[in-house]
Amino acid sequence: MKTTNIMIVGVGGQGSLLASNLLGTLLVEQGLDVKVSEVHGMSQRGGSVVTYVRFGEKVYSPVIDKGEADYIVSFEMLEAARWLPYLKSRGRVILSTQRIDPMPVITGAAAYPDALIEKIKATGALVDAVDALKLAQRAGSVRAANIVLMGRLSTYFNMPLEAWENALKECIPPRYLDLNKEAFKLGRNAHN
Amino acid sequence: MKRLMLGNEAVARGLYEAGCRVVSSYPGTPSTEITEYAAKYADIYCEWAPNEKVAMEVSFGASLAGKRSFCAMKHVGLNVAADPLFTLSYTGINAGMVIGVADDPGMHSSQNEQDSRHYAIGAKVPMLEPSDSKEALEFTKIAFDLSEEYDTPVLLRMCTRISHSQSIVTLSEKTNSETKPFYKNIRKYVMVPGNARLRRPIVEERTARLIEYAETSPLNRMEMGNAFLGIIAAGTAYQYAKEVFGKEASYLKLGMVNPLPEKLIREFAEKVDRLIVIEELDPIIETHCRLLGLSVEGKTLFPMIGEFSQNLISEKLGRETKAGKTLEDEIPVRPPVMCAGCPHRGIFYILSKLKLNVLGDIGCYALGAAVPLNAMHTCICMGSSISSLHGFNIALGRESEKNTVAVIGDSTFLHTGVNSLINIGYNGSNSTVIILDNSITGMTGHQQNPATGYNIKGDPAGKVDLEALCRACGINRVRVVDPYDLEECEAVVREELDADEPSVIIARRPCVLLKHVTHGPPVFVKKEACRSCKICMRLGCPAIHLENGKAAIDETLCAGCEVCISLCPFDAIQADKEGV
Ligand SMILES: Cc1ncc(C[n+]2csc(CCOP(=O)(O)OP(=O)(O)O)c2C)c(N)n1
Repeated sequence: MKTTNIMIVGVGGQGSLLASNLLGTLLVEQGLDVKVSEVHGMSQRGGSVVTYVRFGEKVYSPVIDKGEADYIVSFEMLEAARWLPYLKSRGRVILSTQRIDPMPVITGAAAYPDALIEKIKATGALVDAVDALKLAQRAGSVRAANIVLMGRLSTYFNMPLEAWENALKECIPPRYLDLNKEAFKLGRNAHN
Repeated sequence: MKRLMLGNEAVARGLYEAGCRVVSSYPGTPSTEITEYAAKYADIYCEWAPNEKVAMEVSFGASLAGKRSFCAMKHVGLNVAADPLFTLSYTGINAGMVIGVADDPGMHSSQNEQDSRHYAIGAKVPMLEPSDSKEALEFTKIAFDLSEEYDTPVLLRMCTRISHSQSIVTLSEKTNSETKPFYKNIRKYVMVPGNARLRRPIVEERTARLIEYAETSPLNRMEMGNAFLGIIAAGTAYQYAKEVFGKEASYLKLGMVNPLPEKLIREFAEKVDRLIVIEELDPIIETHCRLLGLSVEGKTLFPMIGEFSQNLISEKLGRETKAGKTLEDEIPVRPPVMCAGCPHRGIFYILSKLKLNVLGDIGCYALGAAVPLNAMHTCICMGSSISSLHGFNIALGRESEKNTVAVIGDSTFLHTGVNSLINIGYNGSNSTVIILDNSITGMTGHQQNPATGYNIKGDPAGKVDLEALCRACGINRVRVVDPYDLEECEAVVREELDADEPSVIIARRPCVLLKHVTHGPPVFVKKEACRSCKICMRLGCPAIHLENGKAAIDETLCAGCEVCISLCPFDAIQADKEGV
């Protein structure tokens, strides 16, 4: 079994650690070897953050390198563009259509590129774009956008829904569980 | 039982399983979570010490008293704790003592990229280096056994990718470490020259015995594959090499990076056609191989700077590397920013407005050096702001006293800044020091410190009275300001720069991310009142941006600090939606 590589990218504070924990929990339950590499510290202050999730029979390196990612799950459009060089050819980008301006754009020193989704598609990447914020809001909180995207990601894996739900139960405090299950479902069933 | 665990959590589990009883640490990325996880075990006493030197000495005291003990720090923390380390190597320990030190190749969150293996060599103490969480747990336990068997503190070297990566660990039961009796032993523990000279040869004998151990220890192992290429590696570099070559190379995987084996390396070298060392940072294993007279490649192939990766190793060894696609557009960088509502912002705005020289320090407030504030002009090491300010003012006198300040956070002040303030009080430079008291250690993720009044478990604890402390250091002028009140901040900074004696300004307001801090409702822009003067943009607040040239507030980000309201000359920013 070859190693599968998933990158979770976004802006510090968007909940990438919960997403990677969810994946880690799920994959270990499946009896796979797993490595999850996170970023703590400076980059959490609204900076660009990346988490690597790798699984297979035996995983050595904890990080994913350029041209290796099977999936990039991005919580923000510009971040998907930033990390695109890490995607394999014909890899898949699952992205939230949310836009968060970085400081150089806010101050006018740089421009937020337009039509990013089309441009990413034009590189040959498969793109699954969802309005994760809207779906999360429908589930009860914009903070669940990360779980909406996990729901989307789940459609590309051959794993029973039950396994995902068990992982959700393990990673999420009981009082937020229903909300997150709903967010997961909305993501899983979202139309492309 | 198998579980996915962060490397740092695995070390904490190792502490538990080894029967470690006392942990004293100072936070520092990427080492912080070791102590946070350890604090979750009821059997382990854990504390945040004011700095790493204190932590290591507390840990020694506990070991002396007969309990297994531990302290954790980041690589630069070991600089601070180097003094006890070098002499603890002579005295040795009573119960096992392990020191966790986490390096940060690539400087994800550090001011330098030092290689802490130099400390193991310099202090002549053994150092173990795990390459994943499973080893982090196992090596922690082995480190305690080695510590007791060889009568030495043992260093456990982590790095960002091991500390902050999760991988699968196997849990075992806790072994009960008995309390060892403490015997007074003046010759062993009182390092006056006469006694230190007696201990000195013991250190060398111990090293010789440790080398013997390294030759056959299960920590160091050969993994023979294709003998065409022989790779010596430890830690994360081993994982990258395995990722690239799998069975197409042979490996000497070192789990003990000081002292290094000799026979084992020679034996490995003889079995392979081409010998290379893959190590991040400095060529320590490589130099050792050269001293053994082996022909070896290392830094001629691999960089001294930064982190490695599988692609880098492929590239340097002439293998095909992978590449992805890049967009033609320029992708704007997304640097970390001061949070909306951060209490540090107000002070930096005033320092920037007054065009002062600002000798800075390390913490979230280092972001005051970023655009648009640009209001911090040095950042060297913890505590250095205050001492450098003293030197600066001694050198220039009145010329600089009126336009130069130091800024330092509460945790950093109590770490080593207070010594520097004593120097100002004692040697009397007319310096103005600003303590940014956000009542938490922010940068490393909200650890309590001696000024917060709470301990690591969040229980009430002793609380340093900063005002009284500053006065006790000989500073008569101690002022407290609210950094959300720009007018007050400006007036007080001006007054204290004018004063003819040293002063401390404490800018006090808790970090806006603390759970108990309530946020005001978001503020609003009255579009017709906004004249596009962009003064509010000078705050560098992530919640403020321009829409068609006029100020706009991102409601989801705004913390309602209202600093921008006080700044707007046209009253275009308002606290409630009513008038808008
Ligand atoms: C010797 C040393 N130990 C630890 C660190 C890690 N570190 C960087 S800043 C900081 C503390 C910052 O806290 P504080 O001074 O209260 O400022 P804040 O981040 O809250 O603004 C720590 C522990 C370091 N850089 N150097």
